[in-house]
Amino acid sequence: MYVAVKGGETAIANAHRLLADKRRGDRSLPAISSEQVIEQLTLAVDRVMAEASLYDRALAALAFRQARGDMIEAIFLLRAYRTTLPRFGTSLPIDTGHMLIERRVSATYKDLPGGQLLGPTFDYTHRLLDPSLLEDGPVEEGERRTEACEPAMRVSDILAGEGLIEGDGTLQEDEGGGDLTREPMEFPMSRDLRLQALARGDEGFLLALGYSTQRGYGRNHPFTGEIRIGEVEIELYVPELGFAVSLGDIRVTECQMVTQFKGSSKVPPQFTRGYGLVFGQSERKAMSMSLVDRALRAREFGEDILAPAQDEEFVLSHCDNVQATGFVEHLKLPHYVDFQAELDLVRRMRGEYEASRPGTQIPQTKEAAE
Amino acid sequence: MSDLATYNFAYLDEQTKRMIRRAILKAIAIPGYQVPFASREMPMPYGWGTGGVQITASIIGPDDVLKVIDQGADDTTNAVSIRAFFAKVANVAVTTHTHDASIIQTRHRIPEKTLLEGQVLVYQVPIPEPLRFLEPRETETRTMHALEEYGLMHVKLYEDIALNGHIATTYAYPVKVAGRYVMDPSPIPKFDNPKMHLSEALQLFGAGREKRIYAIPPHTAVVSLDFEDHPFEVQTFDRPCALCGAEDVYLDEVILDDKGGRMFVCSDTDHCEERRACGCVGELGVKQEAAE
Repeated sequence: MYVAVKGGETAIANAHRLLADKRRGDRSLPAISSEQVIEQLTLAVDRVMAEASLYDRALAALAFRQARGDMIEAIFLLRAYRTTLPRFGTSLPIDTGHMLIERRVSATYKDLPGGQLLGPTFDYTHRLLDPSLLEDGPVEEGERRTEACEPAMRVSDILAGEGLIEGDGTLQEDEGGGDLTREPMEFPMSRDLRLQALARGDEGFLLALGYSTQRGYGRNHPFTGEIRIGEVEIELYVPELGFAVSLGDIRVTECQMVTQFKGSSKVPPQFTRGYGLVFGQSERKAMSMSLVDRALRAREFGEDILAPAQDEEFVLSHCDNVQATGFVEHLKLPHYVDFQAELDLVRRMRGEYEASRPGTQIPQTKEAAE
Repeated sequence: MSDLATYNFAYLDEQTKRMIRRAILKAIAIPGYQVPFASREMPMPYGWGTGGVQITASIIGPDDVLKVIDQGADDTTNAVSIRAFFAKVANVAVTTHTHDASIIQTRHRIPEKTLLEGQVLVYQVPIPEPLRFLEPRETETRTMHALEEYGLMHVKLYEDIALNGHIATTYAYPVKVAGRYVMDPSPIPKFDNPKMHLSEALQLFGAGREKRIYAIPPHTAVVSLDFEDHPFEVQTFDRPCALCGAEDVYLDEVILDDKGGRMFVCSDTDHCEERRACGCVGELGVKQEAAE
């Protein structure tokens, strides 16, 4: 017999209690701390910070633990907190030219001022499972340079010195500094807002789109001019003081893609740029972002817009994983009112179909309940 | 870290509420027009009512009485969750009675009881653009609205009739508001469309993920699109509610066993309970009451 669906409140509370229980897991094992997550699962913390657009390791680690390691859930948690924070100012643009470099590689020059610095990379590791990690044995300290290193000028600046690459562009006084999280998206979108959307866009989605440009869907002949990872200073101009004060350092990954050249009767041929910048250490994301950024500039360069990665509305409306996961997963919410409406129509149309076939009996709707 | 847990009344900060209220005012001024607004990230997922929650959070005051329904019912899990959210962050009175509520947030239904002046119905909207499934590009659809270019929608409805003999849209059935904008009424069954017409209540629509707010002011004409020879019709049920005997209400089909047994009951749980409290009994309602 029909039992009204009551007690939703208790069911929800119980489900959440069970979630907390599962999250803790086997009580005989020590609980992991946020400090351990920050220190030992750093790249997970970095990704949460990047796609949540909030640079705070402690909160990102908390979100990651709370989400039981589910990246998108952790990003969502951190974003829902970020959105409640007041905005008290806009920092000065960071200067990646003065980065405290941990890693810097260029695929366009064999050697260059500042050198190639591999830094802490998975590149050239052989992907063989390492059983020694199962024991908490001693780990050798990394080798660190002692003397100050030679200034590492940006590859884009090297090329710009010869005029071989387009300029970085300049923003008008009232331009730029838009904020996607405070203004609704409007198309066509300016590049600063596009880059903002990509910087917080889903790594997997951008990776796939970037990959698609390499396979011919919006090809832009990319060369990795440079990838650099390291710490940059955040400065805020305080009008009351009349000068900028330092708020601290953040680690970022920057990728400058040197892409397909362009020229006309008036402008000599120049390489163009694709740009990627991500919180923390994430080359994959920064590189994908720079490929997609360049693809999205198709309109600016008068290129044919044929591929998904070049389609601004397609890319920017779907790159946000928190939005995407919410809408995909909302399909599990009840839809029985609408389904009932569809059922009714399909039954009626089937009835009409049967009735229209010559020689068939009009079937009675089964009413077992009655 | 302890200061993390402090939130403003009704969660949103006052600046955000002002921004949303301005969007609401603009929406009321241009009935049926989709106003872009800077939707915030809410502590519940996109697609789960963030637009409706932001509207409710922006208009709710300490004296309001809130009702939340999903599929017409007060006790579906997401309705319970949203009601609990406002009870927590705004400490407002909540109710399940339609006539006691000053604000009703809904997903997929309009209550059966006629709404009155002073009440606000807040709809949760997944896809605010009625033309979206005909034209995926926002830049295009905005232009089509601006030019009042709705031919595509009529062609779609015509094709339905040509192919199926019926307009195959049973929910989220497009309406024209105040003779100007074609509007998506959110995925309510078309059964509910006539309730929007000349309603005394203010109707607000919030789409959080798509960052749009639109509105139907009280006493506004809301007409479901149709053709002279294929007039708009609502669903009809060939039996009353099995619990309360109500006719002319929207019914949910409940499967009773694995032998095809089913019953039909009011989708609007408050309406059903109220009728039963007044002594109305449907075919299977007697057993239900006897069991209690």
